[in-house]
Amino acid sequence: MKAETLATLNAERAARRPVILITDISDGTQRLVKAADFGADPLHAELEKQLRMGKSAMVEADGKKLFLNVYAPTARLVIIGAVHISQALAPLARSLDYDVTVVDPRTAFASPERFPDVKLIAEWPEEALPGLDIDHYTAFVAVTHDPKIDDPALLHAFEKNCFYIGALGSRKTHAKRGDRLKAQGVSEADFARIKAPIGLNIGAVSPSEIAVSIMAEITAELRMPRDAKAAGA
Amino acid sequence: MLNRDEDILQAAEAWQKAGHGVALATVVETWGSAPRPAGSNLVINDDGTFLGSVSGGCVEGAVVTEALDVIASGEPKLLEFGVADETAWNVGLSCGGTIRVFVEKVGQS
Repeated sequence: MKAETLATLNAERAARRPVILITDISDGTQRLVKAADFGADPLHAELEKQLRMGKSAMVEADGKKLFLNVYAPTARLVIIGAVHISQALAPLARSLDYDVTVVDPRTAFASPERFPDVKLIAEWPEEALPGLDIDHYTAFVAVTHDPKIDDPALLHAFEKNCFYIGALGSRKTHAKRGDRLKAQGVSEADFARIKAPIGLNIGAVSPSEIAVSIMAEITAELRMPRDAKAAGA
Repeated sequence: MLNRDEDILQAAEAWQKAGHGVALATVVETWGSAPRPAGSNLVINDDGTFLGSVSGGCVEGAVVTEALDVIASGEPKLLEFGVADETAWNVGLSCGGTIRVFVEKVGQS
C-alpha cells in the first residue's frame, strides 16, 4: 500500500466518509474509491452493494480477483426524548453497533438512573445538537411528543441529511407537525422524509415492541436497495 | 457497520512516518467458522510489534513472521491457513475454519 493511499484512507475515515479500498491480490495493485465517486466507477454496482451491507468481500472482474475492503463510519442513533420507548430503544440500538445519544432538556426524564451507560444530554436540542457532529450516517428519532422539543430537532436532522428520520405521533399529530414545520420553511420533500407513524407496522404495543419496529425500519433504510424499499412499500 | 480497526490504520501511518518498515495484513477470504471477518487488519512493524488481529490469536505469530519478509522484500504475499492446509504455513485454526490473508508492505512507491 502506498503511503499516500494510507494517508487518504485515514483522512476519509476521520471525516466519517465511507471509502472502499480495491486490491488486486495477484499483484497488490490498489485503488481507493470514495463513496462520492462510486457512480462513475466501472465496479459501481459491487461497490454500492458492499457498502450498503457494510461488508468486505472478494469479487471477480475481468478475470481478476479483487478484494473490496469497506471502510464505513459507525452508524449513530440520536434519540430526542428520554421517554419509556427510548429506554428500550437505546440498549437495542447499541446491540446493533450504533453509537447512541439521548437528548432531552427535561432532567426528570434525562436521568442516568433511567439510562445507565448511555450518552445522555439534558439540554434543549438547539444547544445539544450542533456539538454532536450529526451527519448522513446518523439515524434520528424524535419521540418526546412535545413540538417545542421535537420540531427544532427535526430541522437539524433535515439540515444534516440523516439517513433515517422518524417521529412519534399518529397521522393526525403528524399532519399538525407538517403545518408547523412548513410554516417554518421546511420543504415538502424534507417533510416527506419523516417516517411517521414511526417504525415498521408490526402491531407493536409495548415500548420494547415499538423499539423493535423502529430499529427494523432503520435497518431497512440502511441496508435495502432503494428500488427494493419502493417495491416493499 | 462496526468501525473496527480504528487505531490500527492510524498506527500503521504513524509507524511508517516515523521511519519504520511496516506491513499490513488483511483477511481477504474466509470459509467455515473463521474468527475474524474479511477486512480485518493486523499491522506489523520491523520491530515485530503488531496491532489488531486476523484470527482469534491462532495464526498471528505466523503472519508476523511472514510480514517481516514482506517488509524486507517489498513483495506482497497471499497466505492461507486452515485445518486442511498441508503447506508450511499450516498452523491450523482451532475453530476449524480456513482464512486467506493478504500481506503487503506499507509505503510502496
